[in-house]
Amino acid sequence: MQFKPYARTLIAAMSMAVMAGCSSTGGTQEGSMDGTAGGTAGVGTGTAGAGQASGSGLGEGAGQMAGSRIPEVRTIYFAYDSDTIRPEFQSVLEAHARFLQNNGNASVVLQGHTDERGTREYNLALGERRADSVKRFLSVQGVSPSQVEVVSYGEERPAARGSNEEAYAQNRRVVFAY
Amino acid sequence: MTTWLAAVLLLCTSLAQADLTIDITQGNEQATPIAVVPFAEGENLPQDVARIISDDLERSGYFAPLEREAMFARPTRGDDVSFGDWQALDTRYLVVGRVSRTGGGVEIQYELMNVSGESRMLGEVITAGQDQMRAAAHRISDKIFEEITGIRGAFSTRIAYVTSQGVGDETAYQLFVADADGRNSRQVLSSDEPIMSPAWSPDGGKLAYVSFESGRPGIYVQEVASGRRVRLTSFEGLNSAPTWSPDGRRLAMALSRDGQPEIYVMDVASQNLQRVTNSQSIETEPAWSPDGNSLIYTSDRSGGPQIYRQSLGGSPERITFTGNYNARARFAPDGESIFLIHRGGNGYRVAKQDLESGRLVELGDARQAESPSVAPNGTMVIFATQQGGNGVLGGVSADGRASFRLPAAQGDVREPAWSPFLN
Repeated sequence: MQFKPYARTLIAAMSMAVMAGCSSTGGTQEGSMDGTAGGTAGVGTGTAGAGQASGSGLGEGAGQMAGSRIPEVRTIYFAYDSDTIRPEFQSVLEAHARFLQNNGNASVVLQGHTDERGTREYNLALGERRADSVKRFLSVQGVSPSQVEVVSYGEERPAARGSNEEAYAQNRRVVFAY
Repeated sequence: MTTWLAAVLLLCTSLAQADLTIDITQGNEQATPIAVVPFAEGENLPQDVARIISDDLERSGYFAPLEREAMFARPTRGDDVSFGDWQALDTRYLVVGRVSRTGGGVEIQYELMNVSGESRMLGEVITAGQDQMRAAAHRISDKIFEEITGIRGAFSTRIAYVTSQGVGDETAYQLFVADADGRNSRQVLSSDEPIMSPAWSPDGGKLAYVSFESGRPGIYVQEVASGRRVRLTSFEGLNSAPTWSPDGRRLAMALSRDGQPEIYVMDVASQNLQRVTNSQSIETEPAWSPDGNSLIYTSDRSGGPQIYRQSLGGSPERITFTGNYNARARFAPDGESIFLIHRGGNGYRVAKQDLESGRLVELGDARQAESPSVAPNGTMVIFATQQGGNGVLGGVSADGRASFRLPAAQGDVREPAWSPFLN
């Protein structure tokens, strides 16, 4: 679970680039949330991605088709007290589903996270519920359950510090850790 | 030269520690006035015994110690006390004493005087190693507390707590054990993955906790003295919220190995598992009733988290109905009430609910409260809260009248677990 700093920086940069392109939808709170999430969400949510993926050779020789590389956006965000996949993240999940289907040897850990409000152990269960929701989505898309493991961190590994809506929004997330 | 050496030693020691300091944030206005007169000392000693006793008694919420500046006289023997002086100050009780060096340590003589009755209630001589002076002072606090209130003192107990520093993947997590006043801390586990849910065994010798060190959560049991430990569970999904049965033979826990998080009981010796709950909702945060016959736990089967009670082999009964968020409950030692986290108009607060009447009251004014843990004598609750953007520990008396904080020098502190009686 130790990630090289350069890998994390790379992912942060990529996340920012992609997230910046995401349109803000939903209520005003959610809209401002998405905007700020794009700026910093990559920090701390960096996954084992870049370095390990190139090392494992996944996708190489598959003709560099869509679905042959680990999708760059690896964090999706949730509304307060919700495990519902927001419409703007469906395409992210579909990309991961394609990748996992095209790479039967690849596996992913879905890390479920919550914001800091509420009790820790109950939040651990809520984080699992979020990651389970993503796992179900992938399963419906045809991904084998054996490729997906769920690990909930609850509120134990926040991506952003602070007791405010911005931080809360960045912390309510599921991270794809390949 | 010795002073210099001592200073270096002190510095080295402090690096491996994370002591907490105590700030009394709200004294109890109805607390009993007491005066702990500075003890006579032969020469400079490393600990101010009278100060430790005075702080203990104040923190309990039962006593309001007199400021030293207000003491006109400073007797060190009961025979030298002029009761009139203290009656004029409305002091009800008086503690006097003296510390002298012996071979390898110290001898502490103290007396507890009843000011209005003009009598001696307690007198003792205690010997201790020089590095055991704090422990000796806490034992004296226990004696004084019990003599006056009739309630066993819990000052000689310990607390376990989790700290974290940093954010995201760079976060460092540590598990500490310290004296109940936050001092004398010692690290028992360090990890770059989360550590959660420390729980004392009833004999005070072991801690159960959750560690993510393998990349996924597992429940571990560690001997506090030796550091020796075993991993009890590493099932797929949640392995969380271990709590010991009163007989120390079983652990209740929340596992999601069969789908949703459910409550299980594990026999520690055989590691046999018994499933307690069976639902489509979240069940977690189990705690044992003092008689060991039933569990309380958090379930969101009604839509939001509420506390349920279930005898082993019985069916669940919902016991909280005030508000839409009640979680992480712990029994008072007498089994007649529970302490829990309640979300009302003031956010997440420590609350106490009487089980017979069902009446729930918020305790203290700490915001974002989490993880209440009850002192073994039932007089205080320690919990996690926020102060200045950092996680700190807080304490509140069981009647809500007195509060204190235990801030750390740096980082976040949370998930306090109060030990059982240790002596």
